[in-house]
Amino acid sequence: MSSRRIFAGPARLAAIAPYLWLLLFFLLPFGFVVKISLSQTVIAQPPYAPVVPLTGGLAAMRDALAQLDFGNFAALLADELYVRSYLRSLAVAATSTAVLVLIGYPVAYGMARLPLARQAVAMMLVIVPFWTSFLIRIYAWINVLQHDGLLNQVLLALHIVAKPVVWLSTDAAMYLGIVYSYAPFMILPLFATLAKMDHSLVEAAADLGCSRAKAFWLVTLPLSLPGIAAGALLCFIPIVGEFVIPDLLAGSERLMIGQTLWLEFFTNKDWPVASAIAVVLLAVLLVPLLFFQRLERRNVEGEAR
Amino acid sequence: MRGASLKGLSVFNAVALALGLAFLYLPILILVVYSFNASKLVTVWGGWSLKWYVELLNDRAMQDAAWMSLRVGVCAATAATVLGTLAAVALSRGGAFSGRTLMSGMLYAPLVMPEVITGLSLLLLFVAIGAERGFWTVVIAHTTLTMCFVAVIVQSRLSGVDRSLEEAAMDLGCSPAQAFVAVTLPLIAPAIAAGWMLAFTLSLDDLVIASFTTGPGSATLPIRIYSEVRLGVRPEINAICALVIVAVALLIVAASLITKFAGHRHDAAAPL
Amino acid sequence: MIETTTTTASAPAAASPLLRIAAVTKRFGDFVAVDAVSLDLAAGEFFALLGPSGCGKTTLLRMLAGFEAPDAGAILLDGEDVAPVLPHRRPVNMMFQNYALFPHLSVADNVAFGLRRAGLPKPDVARRVKEMLALVRLEGFERRKPDQLSGGQRQRVALARALARRPRLLLLDEPMAALDKKLRQSTQAELKELQRRLGTTFIIVTHDQEEAMTVADRIGVMDRGRLVQVGSPRDLYETPASRWIAGFVGDINLIEGRVVARDATRLTIMLPDGATTLTALRNGAGPVGAGAADGCIAVRPEKLRLAAADVAGDGAANRLAGQVVDVTYQGSVSVYRVALEGGLVVKAALANASRAGLPDLDVGRQVSVSFAPHDGVVLEA
Repeated sequence: MSSRRIFAGPARLAAIAPYLWLLLFFLLPFGFVVKISLSQTVIAQPPYAPVVPLTGGLAAMRDALAQLDFGNFAALLADELYVRSYLRSLAVAATSTAVLVLIGYPVAYGMARLPLARQAVAMMLVIVPFWTSFLIRIYAWINVLQHDGLLNQVLLALHIVAKPVVWLSTDAAMYLGIVYSYAPFMILPLFATLAKMDHSLVEAAADLGCSRAKAFWLVTLPLSLPGIAAGALLCFIPIVGEFVIPDLLAGSERLMIGQTLWLEFFTNKDWPVASAIAVVLLAVLLVPLLFFQRLERRNVEGEAR
Repeated sequence: MRGASLKGLSVFNAVALALGLAFLYLPILILVVYSFNASKLVTVWGGWSLKWYVELLNDRAMQDAAWMSLRVGVCAATAATVLGTLAAVALSRGGAFSGRTLMSGMLYAPLVMPEVITGLSLLLLFVAIGAERGFWTVVIAHTTLTMCFVAVIVQSRLSGVDRSLEEAAMDLGCSPAQAFVAVTLPLIAPAIAAGWMLAFTLSLDDLVIASFTTGPGSATLPIRIYSEVRLGVRPEINAICALVIVAVALLIVAASLITKFAGHRHDAAAPL
Repeated sequence: MIETTTTTASAPAAASPLLRIAAVTKRFGDFVAVDAVSLDLAAGEFFALLGPSGCGKTTLLRMLAGFEAPDAGAILLDGEDVAPVLPHRRPVNMMFQNYALFPHLSVADNVAFGLRRAGLPKPDVARRVKEMLALVRLEGFERRKPDQLSGGQRQRVALARALARRPRLLLLDEPMAALDKKLRQSTQAELKELQRRLGTTFIIVTHDQEEAMTVADRIGVMDRGRLVQVGSPRDLYETPASRWIAGFVGDINLIEGRVVARDATRLTIMLPDGATTLTALRNGAGPVGAGAADGCIAVRPEKLRLAAADVAGDGAANRLAGQVVDVTYQGSVSVYRVALEGGLVVKAALANASRAGLPDLDVGRQVSVSFAPHDGVVLEA
């Protein structure tokens, strides 16, 4: 046997535990989401019907399953509220991702141009805020942005405004919060790609007559596209389903889909509708999700021979 | 970047970098400073005071939540590290096996899946099987979420390990499993440790999934903080947040110091 | 033309060879890396597998170590088929090209690694490690880590580690590829001495023919998966079996012509100019070419004699006239490139044996090139 095959045997055994775990606690739950999304809501424990009896024989199960229908989905797609919520989520995610790319790229580029020793420090500096609580960081922004918070105090002191500006409960605050929280997710993949890039390619371009700007546009940018794609997907997909940031920083007139789901589930106690929202959200995200899977697999596993 | 020695950054780059880092750190620094503000009002600086920290000592609910978060974090991180490392080994060394695509799909999905979806789905599972929601359900949920991060980190490191080292170990008498334990494991140990830390931090930090999967009386710290924050900014929150920030920062600094120290341990001995 | 393995008379008595490779083949997809190679090795030999990159020599080595499995054929060690034996159970050890030292272990622990796996008791392990390090002259380096060693030192640790278990067979995969020339030469000498002292069978894989000829008792030349000639360094150099081998193992002059006379020991060819004939000995192991119309005589540069054209001939059988086109001074030899009438350019290497009396043969001089029949080899493939 080749050495590769010799290792493969025992290595495969290692897959058993995580595989079973993920099947049970990741894949199987989705099945439940689908099933509940096809149920109706009732005032009972659990708050949905039908409940498929696991002990009671096949006939009982079949009867229960027959009561499932697509009513919730019909309601979702008919009601403007939900449709607008989905669209808003996609719009916010797209805008945020674009802003993140515009802000993150220069930072990542600057980091990549540091001498190697400083690069490690820079990476630490970017990661540390990320590892301190996400919720706390949002809260920190609330602190700064509130009516009598620091930002307004500074602006008043500098006479830039006459009276305090309302920052909280606005879309501006929400975007700020999103960009702030997801910045490391954009900066780090970009940095990883840019740091690995061979600078002699840019030098070759210069040697052949390119100005700095042109060399960037023609050489650096195209080569860093995989990094941009990774960062963009890493941000876009979760932002669509964001809950905490819009909940704390944005106004309550228009809700993102994560908020809608939360509302339906916790406030209205309507589990079936919440599940239906989740299913549709998953469907909407399917294409970017598959892109991300393919990209990650190529990045991580492609390096191994 | 490789290939050239770059003397310094352009002004644009330096400014961008400085602004970026300031953006990341400013709010946190402000928060920490204000946790020492004697005055309850943000507009007034009342001098340095520890009274909000003292208030924390009287806040039983907050303390319970912090303890809960710690326990959940340690359990979930440990389980996630074990499972994630196993998954990384299987994907990295196992070649093509049936179910591989499905497994890697399931492994990468939680990295980006909106938490409301994973939280909801897990809750529905627990309800369906009649599990009592509390400590263990949160641990299971956090393990599932964070094992993927561990797997990605460890797999990345594993694919960089020189295969000839494993072959050399076999050549010298190790069975494949022995070779892995004697040679590969020590080499990926830093990645495994980093994975544990990341899993711990993610667990400590998670609000949405914990909210879905926890039970009565088992609030985690983020859940408590969130419920307080909804009521508005309060200085006690500043205090607990500052504590968490400092604790995590210390952990990270300690971890990086340890890795640096371990790496340089033998430098003194060698005149090259 | 059938390419077969030519083994010359210096093959060891293969009564019961230590290692027998029998028609081993290895494919990677459509690519045949090793093509029906057969070889016998005696115990105590220092054997070299020589060939350009991609010829399959490393693949063959890895099959001996157990890291690849042959698709056809058998490998017998001491008469037993090793195919079902996993690498960690074979009495074979390998020294890797990149040394593969365990970075997290000290030098002593690296060398002791295989001994501990074998279950040797602690005092024995310590003793053997000391012995090995003394053998490779690295005493005092026990506590160092691999990243604190130079390239040459790392190589020695790798060697000590591979020899620690006293294997029946030691495989060396391009062990000196990473060393600079001076270090390479001194290491080659050390390696040869070491092998002689230990008596272990060594198989070295290399693309450097100088290296192979320096260290090995016998050399097997491989080209595109096939073993094309096996013999002592002298056999390979003086009587190569084909044009390709002749050119690979050193510089060679190839002179083509039409066969005008042949017998069992000699062949005479007529050059295209229609007037000159050259005679040379046949390579004893070569096939008796049945009536091939064309032949080729190969002469090594140092076997050509140069003289000014107007100097009286010494009656040598093979004379060619030409003009010097280039002279390169290379220290111990001077290489003259001579353009013969008819267009062929030959290389002659003359030793700068004495500073006085260098032949006065500058560029542009008319010279005559000659060689004795026994200094030329007939190549029919």
